[in-house]
Amino acid sequence: MEFAVLLLTPLLGALLLAAWGARPRAAEINIALSFGTFLAALAVTVRVINEGNLTAAHEQFFLDPFNVFLVTLTAFVGLTTSIFSRPYMRIEAEHGRLSQGRLRLYHSMYQLFMTMMLVALTTNNMGLLWVALEAATLSTVLLVTLYRTPASLEAGWKYFILCGVGIAQALFGTILLYFAAEKVLGAEGVSALLWTHLAAVKGELEPTVLGLAFAFLLVGYGTKVGLAPLHNWLPDAHAEGPTPVSAVLSGLLLNVAMYAVVRCKILVEGALQSTLPSKILMVFGLLSVVLSALFLWRQRDIKRLFAYSSIEHMGIIAFAFGMGGAVANFAALLHMTVHSLTKSAIFFAVGHAAQKSGSQKIEDIRGLLALNPTIGWGLMLGSIAILGFPPFGVFASEFLILTTAMKQEPWATPILLLALGVAFAAIFSRVQSMVLGQPTGRRLPHQPALLPVFAHLALVLLLGLYIPPYLADWYRAAASMIVGN
Amino acid sequence: MQHTPFDLQLLNACAAILLLLSFAMLAQRRIVALVNLLALQGAMLFIATLLLAWRTGQSHLYVSAALTLGLKVIALPWLLHALIRRLQVQWDSEPLLNVPGTMLVGLVTVVFAFGLAQPIAQLASTATRNSLGIAVAVILLAFITMITRRKAMSQVVGFLSMENGLFFGAMSATYGMPMIVEFGVALDVLVAMLVLGVFFFQIREQFDSLDLHNLESLKEDQ
Repeated sequence: MEFAVLLLTPLLGALLLAAWGARPRAAEINIALSFGTFLAALAVTVRVINEGNLTAAHEQFFLDPFNVFLVTLTAFVGLTTSIFSRPYMRIEAEHGRLSQGRLRLYHSMYQLFMTMMLVALTTNNMGLLWVALEAATLSTVLLVTLYRTPASLEAGWKYFILCGVGIAQALFGTILLYFAAEKVLGAEGVSALLWTHLAAVKGELEPTVLGLAFAFLLVGYGTKVGLAPLHNWLPDAHAEGPTPVSAVLSGLLLNVAMYAVVRCKILVEGALQSTLPSKILMVFGLLSVVLSALFLWRQRDIKRLFAYSSIEHMGIIAFAFGMGGAVANFAALLHMTVHSLTKSAIFFAVGHAAQKSGSQKIEDIRGLLALNPTIGWGLMLGSIAILGFPPFGVFASEFLILTTAMKQEPWATPILLLALGVAFAAIFSRVQSMVLGQPTGRRLPHQPALLPVFAHLALVLLLGLYIPPYLADWYRAAASMIVGN
Repeated sequence: MQHTPFDLQLLNACAAILLLLSFAMLAQRRIVALVNLLALQGAMLFIATLLLAWRTGQSHLYVSAALTLGLKVIALPWLLHALIRRLQVQWDSEPLLNVPGTMLVGLVTVVFAFGLAQPIAQLASTATRNSLGIAVAVILLAFITMITRRKAMSQVVGFLSMENGLFFGAMSATYGMPMIVEFGVALDVLVAMLVLGVFFFQIREQFDSLDLHNLESLKEDQ
């Protein structure tokens, strides 16, 4: 029941908002729908806590500790982003960058995107997971090109083609997975792509086929995660789309794609009886961290800067999942949570900062603290949090990842530390120049909504200081499930 | 020598034509002809699925065949032709690599594809397992078509041809995917084309051309 509400609220909401069109209060309806989705997610979560794993609709959908926390996170960030986007999009419309028709497209696609994220997270069917992730890309392509500027069209095209080709590889991987599963689970095709069934027999799946399948799945979903060297679409799509879209891309889509990679990894590792998939994931992760740290230095656009920072953090998460083991997985899950919260908070602050200054160029943004202390502090604190300063949650997860790396993969620790240091210097120097200095800016026609920024940062701070026991149990359950025994 | 049944021979012929069409697409520079080749490829896929459905008696393959006919032989080519007429794109500009060069790369790719498919084909129990190499080759050739073209429209045709290869691969390895997944994939492809249609008009409005030369300004250090 709660489950149906969770998936149908945003889906019907997308239709409603498409029909609602340019009438007033569309933004409020968007918030209300997101709030409904969030409540449903909470209800589902409570049920999973009380009753354990759930399946629905002939096992096509399921919830276990791993995905249920991502469902709650997704619904929460979806809600706060909708709150943020109300004044933001209004200001954009007033500045003449958007027409009413495009706002309608935006609201409708936003809800559709949320639906697809939730379907991708909760589906038990590896084929449906593919379908939902592809649909999520398609629903955001037109959002990236919302401003119809040449640069945004280019970003949208790149996003479409690169992710399209990537996801085609993932489809081939899924076909191979089905091929291997069919031999064990029978050709009826009813259960052969269901993850729970696959996980139960993963030891019997044909290793050669699954090894090949993993290569395709990793390239496919890895493109979506933004793992280097498949990350090219990511900075463009983040920089050229409207800021709420950047926030959900960074905060949600990357997480969900990472979730897909991890689900595949669990299966493949069970079949291969070797740690090769983990090694590959670790190498991709490390490469992403290093490359993005270097690219951070060359960024002049504030949204591109933080987009590269997302690649870096996704690399850290991939590395942690690659190391495996209960502690590393725990840290990776925690990092997914805090990165999602912090990065979306940063994008909220960045969005309003860019509106204030009338430009996304870092050199044009000055004196935010003097101009608007809340935006200035939001950006400053967000950056401090994402750079891994204690006592924020990112520090806790990065600390866990680094200490585990010292124990399990000592060779990688200096590389990680160096890359983190380089990224730190690059981001901090730029943020400092934007926050301090002589103010240049204009008045905004609407009051920016900065509550989401501080709500997110407060949560990240809380997670850094104290992880509530039930949440820790939950992470632990998910982590041990990913370890696979 | 064991005699191959007639319907299997027909299926193999379909697979061979599919591969030939992929090569033809690699060489073709007129966009209208490219779309026709794509439709023909869809038709071959349709015939192959139908033959396989008849041979194995699996009813879901008939549905899959109907889906292929509706989507890949009728709807998508029609949509692309309509777009070409409205946008008046006729020729692709010079590809990145000349035609003989592309052909050579294509040949090497086919050998590679067969090598890649070999271990899987040995494990398969389907009658069509030998076509798996062809499916992988079609996917890779479509990929080459995509990366050597400059016009947005030809890249999209390459993308759809890749989708054809994937479907053919699923069919020859496992007699198709579960129905719900096939429907989902078909829906995604259809929506992707609609999104692209909108997208083309946006690009056109902005640049007066569908040449991807225009879309090369987002570099790292701008």
